[in-house]
Amino acid sequence: MFEPVIGIEVHVQLKTESKLFCPCSTRFDAPPNSNTCPVCLGLPGALPVLNKKAIEYGIKTSLALNCRVTESSRFDRKNYFYPDLSKNYQITQNAFPIGADGYIDVVVDGTERRVRIKRVHLEEDAGKSVHEGGTITGAAYSLEDYNRAGVPLLEIVSEPDIRSPKEAYEYLLMLRRILLYLGVSDCKMEEGSLRCDVNISIRPKGSDKFGTQVELKNLNSFRAVERSLEYEVRRQSDVVANGGEVVRETRHWDEASQVTVSMRLKERAEDYRYFPEPDLPKLKIEKAWVEEVKTTLPELPGARRMRFISDYELPQYDAALLTDTRELADYFEAAVREYDGSAKTVSNWIMGELLRLMNATGTEIGEVKVSPGDLADMLKMIDKGTISGKIAKTVFEEMFAEGKSPEVIVKEKGLVQIADEDELLRIVDQVIGENQEVADEIKAGKDKAIGFLVGQVMKLTRGRANPKMVNELLRQRLSQ
Amino acid sequence: MRLNELKAHELLPMIRRKEVSVEEVVAAILHRISAIDSKIRAYITVAGEEALKKAKEADARLAGGEPARPLEGLPVAIKDNICTQGLRTTAASRFLEGFTPFYDATVVERLKDKGAIIIGKTNLDEFAMGSSTENSAMFPTRNPWDLKRVPGGSSGGSAASVIAGEAVCALGSDTGGSIRQPASFCGIVGLKPSYGLVSRYGLIGYASSMDHIGPMTRDVRDCALILGAIAGYDSKDSQSYPGELPDYTECLVPDIKGMKVGVPKEYLDEGLSGTVRDAFMKALDKLEELGAKVVEVSMPSLKHSLAAYYVISSAEASSNLARFDGVRYGYRATGSDDSMTMMAMSRGEGFGPEVKRRIVLGTYVLSAENYDKYFGEALRVRSLVTRDFREVFEVCDCLVGPTSPTVAFEAGEKTRDPLEMYLSDVYTVPPNLAGIPGVSIPCGFDEEGMPIGLQIMARQYNEEALLRAAYAFEQATEFHKRNPEIEKYTKEPAGGEMSV
Repeated sequence: MFEPVIGIEVHVQLKTESKLFCPCSTRFDAPPNSNTCPVCLGLPGALPVLNKKAIEYGIKTSLALNCRVTESSRFDRKNYFYPDLSKNYQITQNAFPIGADGYIDVVVDGTERRVRIKRVHLEEDAGKSVHEGGTITGAAYSLEDYNRAGVPLLEIVSEPDIRSPKEAYEYLLMLRRILLYLGVSDCKMEEGSLRCDVNISIRPKGSDKFGTQVELKNLNSFRAVERSLEYEVRRQSDVVANGGEVVRETRHWDEASQVTVSMRLKERAEDYRYFPEPDLPKLKIEKAWVEEVKTTLPELPGARRMRFISDYELPQYDAALLTDTRELADYFEAAVREYDGSAKTVSNWIMGELLRLMNATGTEIGEVKVSPGDLADMLKMIDKGTISGKIAKTVFEEMFAEGKSPEVIVKEKGLVQIADEDELLRIVDQVIGENQEVADEIKAGKDKAIGFLVGQVMKLTRGRANPKMVNELLRQRLSQ
Repeated sequence: MRLNELKAHELLPMIRRKEVSVEEVVAAILHRISAIDSKIRAYITVAGEEALKKAKEADARLAGGEPARPLEGLPVAIKDNICTQGLRTTAASRFLEGFTPFYDATVVERLKDKGAIIIGKTNLDEFAMGSSTENSAMFPTRNPWDLKRVPGGSSGGSAASVIAGEAVCALGSDTGGSIRQPASFCGIVGLKPSYGLVSRYGLIGYASSMDHIGPMTRDVRDCALILGAIAGYDSKDSQSYPGELPDYTECLVPDIKGMKVGVPKEYLDEGLSGTVRDAFMKALDKLEELGAKVVEVSMPSLKHSLAAYYVISSAEASSNLARFDGVRYGYRATGSDDSMTMMAMSRGEGFGPEVKRRIVLGTYVLSAENYDKYFGEALRVRSLVTRDFREVFEVCDCLVGPTSPTVAFEAGEKTRDPLEMYLSDVYTVPPNLAGIPGVSIPCGFDEEGMPIGLQIMARQYNEEALLRAAYAFEQATEFHKRNPEIEKYTKEPAGGEMSV
């Protein structure tokens, strides 16, 4: 049996206003080459000036990933020629990354696994090439857009600690969750603000040696990462099982046919001729600054999940779901604060009705019109018997669609529960009168049929009757 | 009196007092250029029309009662590797022959803000790589003292323009001696400030960790004046020095009694020519006569500095010049099928041989297998040189030595052997490695009338000590008053005559 050894490199664009080394905007959808200046265009004589906010985000992320923040850091040049790289070198951090030696804990199938983080470093993004007619070598011409050139990137490199495709998937989910909690990146794969490259090798289970590594590219979703790894594990296992050898290469994930295809052989590592960036001074990160950034760290998803379990006595499943995003967790906690009943009730309503409606309408939690206070008010109305639980679902749908408070909706639509005994008795008698045969059967001992009569009452009252009272009144009448 | 032989500190008060109009000054300079520059070839681009327009505007403002700005009406030449908005900036390379920046270098912006008028862009060795201005892709510049000889380099055009009266002051750049050596060859004052004192923003990068911009002037007072105008913190250069700066003209006191002047014995080796040695020894006598205490010091690391310099500068150059690929601007080769080939061909056709030599050298020393052997070793030498200077400046106020081992050599004399050309920088390179200031001032002439330069060096950011020593020496000597006989090169009157 073989086990996969997987390491993941993630590049995320930082959500700073301006680029890493110039004041140009980082906006994603601007017209081509409109967010450019002499610095990011690599014009003669232009010099980089470091964006302090990007450093702060680097420190923040390093801390959240349990990394050691490098006190004496610096930038290096990575030299290679490509038309979208305006200076034909990338300013990056090679020798002294801003963060190193961290980890994140990931839950896979109910078990917690620790994935170590090797390094976290800052670098500038390249521009974008559009090759007219396909590839760079076959193109009639290429167009270059340098809006992206110089956008700050954080590269997060894991140790080869991941042991299954599923674990890779969970690692990425947790990493993205953390970055979103920190608010340092949008992490939108479709806009390229989160990109990942994966390295995978296989080895006999129990071995501590590493096999030949294959790099996977063109991974456009976390699912693609998982699927491509599943494919690679099968492919590499087959190669070895049939007496072959895995070749060191880069393979391309073909989403349509769900296979990896060989792109190029990697016979030797490329020589990027790294050297210290002479246009920038050394990057000194004072301890005091790190401490200051530490105070701005939000409670991270793992810790929050644990707290939800212990403080609100929520099941593991609820806690994981509610802490998936910071906004959802905040929503939950705000509703719990406003409500005097059990947190589990709030959780049920959020996981049931709220998430259902959000999914059905494609609404983000930030856009939801129901305030946590309104949700709490509605739950209180159920508790007081003002509305039934069933009616509440209708009320909530209305709240979700219109953003009105539950009181207004209940009043406008006349949804107040009928709990007046005389009024209910009148309806109960009417139903018994109209269904004499069923009433006789119940009297004769067929107790189950009472449900039918309850249903008839509810129908007549359009669900507004208090079901408990209806049940009692029916039994009272039929036992006479 | 000739307008174009006036120093800035003489000319500016005359403009302020309206004894002469800015237009007259600029016209005199332009006349001089048209009369003699076909022989000297100091300029790649002359911005005559624009300069006259600015001159008229200045005169109108002054006539309207506006106060004169500190450099109002001063005609300045700019080395053509310093970006000027709307004015072609070529770095004397075929690659940038058609490049016009839409931004000013910080130094240019500062000069313009203070009222200086840009006369034109001066010739240099391509991308400032060279010591004779013969590596210019445009044409070589000649030494105004003797047209058979080179003006030095790489700021040869700036040096020649100043001594020939084609500009009152000029800016040069200095990565390993490119201001000081041509200043020495042309008999003017050239100062390389401390690293970070003057913003590099807009200077086309050669070796970022050693690139400097500095003044090239006819005397020390003008040098202090221009330095003051361009120095100071600039947020666009991350290596810029953030400290407060003195008024450099205030340290021009001709008194160096008790000043401790060190002479590194490594500067007096066998490569030093006899006449330069004699002139230097006489300069030492003069300094002692003025009350300075001259002491011999030893800096053993200096003998490795030239090698370290060429390794580091070529390494940085190979990366800095990578941006010249024909994709966004500059020369683009035709006849390629894809963009990678286009980039390679553009570089192959756009760069001259010396630039290519240094790119190859720099790429080699940075490669993974050679990095530590060459680049790493050079960085270690660099830190030793820096340490040696620091130690010496604990006992000395300044250091002196010859600027160059020889006077200006003949054109073509050293072009066949790059190593011999590199040796011309042997005395000027150490201050660039250490980031300390150095100035070259005239200290004599050889038997054929060619100028000889004295280099003075001081602790980082102590330009005051440097200028004070330079000023005291200059005021006690007459070398800076001598002018080449430009008139012999032209049948016409050389221009600029006026009566005051």
